[in-house]
Amino acid sequence: MRTRRAPVTFGGMVQSIIFSLVAFVALGSAFLRFRRVYSNIQLGKAEPVEGPVAERWKNMLLVAFGQKKMFNRMVPAVLHFVLYAAFVFTQIELIEIFIDGVFGVHRFFATRLGGFYNFVIGTIEVLSLLAFVATVIFLVRRNLLFIPRFHKAEMTRWPKLDANLILIFEVVLLLCIFTMNGTDEVLQSIAPAYYPETNLAVSAWLGPAIFGGLGEGPLRVLERIGWWGHIAMVFVFLNYLPISKHLHILLAFPNTWFARLRPKGELGNMPEIMYEVKSMMGIEDPAAPPPNPNAELPAFGANDVFDMSRVELLGAFSCTECGRCTAVCPANITGKALSPRKIVMDVRDRAEEVGEKLRSGNPEFAKDQQQPLSATNFDDGRSLWDFITREEIHACTTCNACVEACPVLINPLEMIMQLRRHEILTEAAGPQDWLPLFNSIENQQRAWSVGTSRTAWAE
Amino acid sequence: MFNSALVQGYGAPLFAAQYFVLNYSIIRLFNSLFLMQIKTMAQFAAEDQAPEILFWVGCAGSFDDRAQKVTRAFAEILTAVGISFAVLGDEEACTGDPARRAGNEFLFQMTALQNIQTLNMYDVKKMVTACPHCFNTIKNEYPALGGNYDIVHHTQLLQQLIDDGRVKMTDGGTFKGQRITYHDSCYLGRANGIYAAPRAVLESLDGQLVEMKRSKTNGLCCGAGGAQMWKEDEPGEKRINVERIEEALATGAEVIAVNCPFCLTMMTDGVSGKEKQDSVMVYDLSELIVKQMQR
Repeated sequence: MRTRRAPVTFGGMVQSIIFSLVAFVALGSAFLRFRRVYSNIQLGKAEPVEGPVAERWKNMLLVAFGQKKMFNRMVPAVLHFVLYAAFVFTQIELIEIFIDGVFGVHRFFATRLGGFYNFVIGTIEVLSLLAFVATVIFLVRRNLLFIPRFHKAEMTRWPKLDANLILIFEVVLLLCIFTMNGTDEVLQSIAPAYYPETNLAVSAWLGPAIFGGLGEGPLRVLERIGWWGHIAMVFVFLNYLPISKHLHILLAFPNTWFARLRPKGELGNMPEIMYEVKSMMGIEDPAAPPPNPNAELPAFGANDVFDMSRVELLGAFSCTECGRCTAVCPANITGKALSPRKIVMDVRDRAEEVGEKLRSGNPEFAKDQQQPLSATNFDDGRSLWDFITREEIHACTTCNACVEACPVLINPLEMIMQLRRHEILTEAAGPQDWLPLFNSIENQQRAWSVGTSRTAWAE
Repeated sequence: MFNSALVQGYGAPLFAAQYFVLNYSIIRLFNSLFLMQIKTMAQFAAEDQAPEILFWVGCAGSFDDRAQKVTRAFAEILTAVGISFAVLGDEEACTGDPARRAGNEFLFQMTALQNIQTLNMYDVKKMVTACPHCFNTIKNEYPALGGNYDIVHHTQLLQQLIDDGRVKMTDGGTFKGQRITYHDSCYLGRANGIYAAPRAVLESLDGQLVEMKRSKTNGLCCGAGGAQMWKEDEPGEKRINVERIEEALATGAEVIAVNCPFCLTMMTDGVSGKEKQDSVMVYDLSELIVKQMQR
């Protein structure tokens, strides 16, 4: 048994050529798509990585790898973990699929690894079966049960379709795996020379039960359909990821690593304003840059993706639109227009729009038509305000519930604050109601304009 | 003794007793205030002395009628246990929390840097405040501007005083048979992860602590944070404090305990909106301690 090698046939050679071509095209196109995501994130401002790096690795390990925050809700957590474990573990199988595909051989590791092969592929099969059950439950949850967070205003056609597509892909992928393995188990007794003996946890009984009555011809065809279908779904999935919310399966890792370590209550300082005010008040700060009288009046906050930090843009691309943030947002719960998930989705949509326009090279989008189009020479007459209304950001109570809820450590509050800062500092706009507050703090150093002493309570 | 007789004796029309108890404790507060010397940092400095701790009162605690009572209650506790404390008085300025969260960074920097100058001038090291917004800003945001202080929220100090046996409760049954529910403020809770200290303080009372459906990390905002206190709500179906008060009332609690002057306003308004002001009272933790502490 151990000495027998699967023979390389003519059909195998043809297949290996086709496979190599398909794989090259699929991987090449996926690479280009992922590079676009990368450049879209790079549109944002660089932010120094602060705090202990060990803490970042810990976050990634616990929150992304261990899915710690998912376990606040047990039912989706367990279902999601099954899908996740199956997904991660199934990737091992791809090593063999690639070797078989490129060299035109069949189940390269089966005879070489023997019992260990059965163990690995058997584990994948058990996880896949569980994943199948989880996927079906997810489809039911999303489409038949009324779970409010799946049906909010921002869950328009594409986000809804996107969520279902990935589940359908998963079902097809799993059907292909079991067709491939099940027919293989039956073929082992018909053509043992080509189909090395395996004993897989699920297919060893499911295969003969479903495909047992079929002849060798149909079995061989079905086996190939399963094999090609499996790898085709993998290629489709890879190319689909960069335009989908499912990018989170990859970006959750960098996003949890790059997530800021400061306390949730701490808003990022604006040193440029601090130095300005310090110099106004005559406070010396050795860290302050020398004054530059020719400097342009700077813009503060963000009204477009260029002024957002890359940490925010990475977050926007890591969002899987689960809506846990929106489900706990006090403004959203009480019927206000604000939905943290929508803010995050809008930031991603705008980043994709800007990226697309920049890559088009169309001089129409250049601020200075004489200069080549670039991120610093870009003006399409649009901004984040074309996606997000003032009413939305004015409704935020900065309560951090959305930040706390995010299973992959996205910070919607930071995005909202950057928009608020832009509105107040750069546009000198904002809610009229705040003017008395600002005047009172500025003129009387107190949040309410009252005439009494601060020690009136003790008198 | 007097309290317990009232509370136990009335049963159903508990509100009457509570009003009486409240008024009674206010009279007591005023009495003790006569004996209580509130000194400012400037007065300490003039005597070439330094207090143990600076009590940062905050705008709400200084100017809001209801929050002033919290300030008095907390000052009374500090006085009763013999902690030497000072206030800044009119040298205190808004910490800048609402300005910064509205997006007005210039104004935040102006008022924050002014405070830091004052605090550094007096060489302040230890601080306590009854406002979680002031607490958060001074603790987390002043260091980047050059202001480093060891600040605690009053619930943390209260827990420490109770643990150390410096604040002792009477066994008079002040809250006997009463349910007390605790509303986590966003800026003490999620922003700073302080959930245990206020609950430990409440557990020292003889009432029964009951949790709302959304509590601790899942606590629902009262609706006032992020400078919402100073503006009308955006259009919606409901006010946030109404949503929260419905949850608080669902616990069947007679007392809603808060740790924040803004929550105090929002929750009190919510209770009034539901016309439950006669049967459900909203108190800051320090007010509850004052009611039951030995002196």
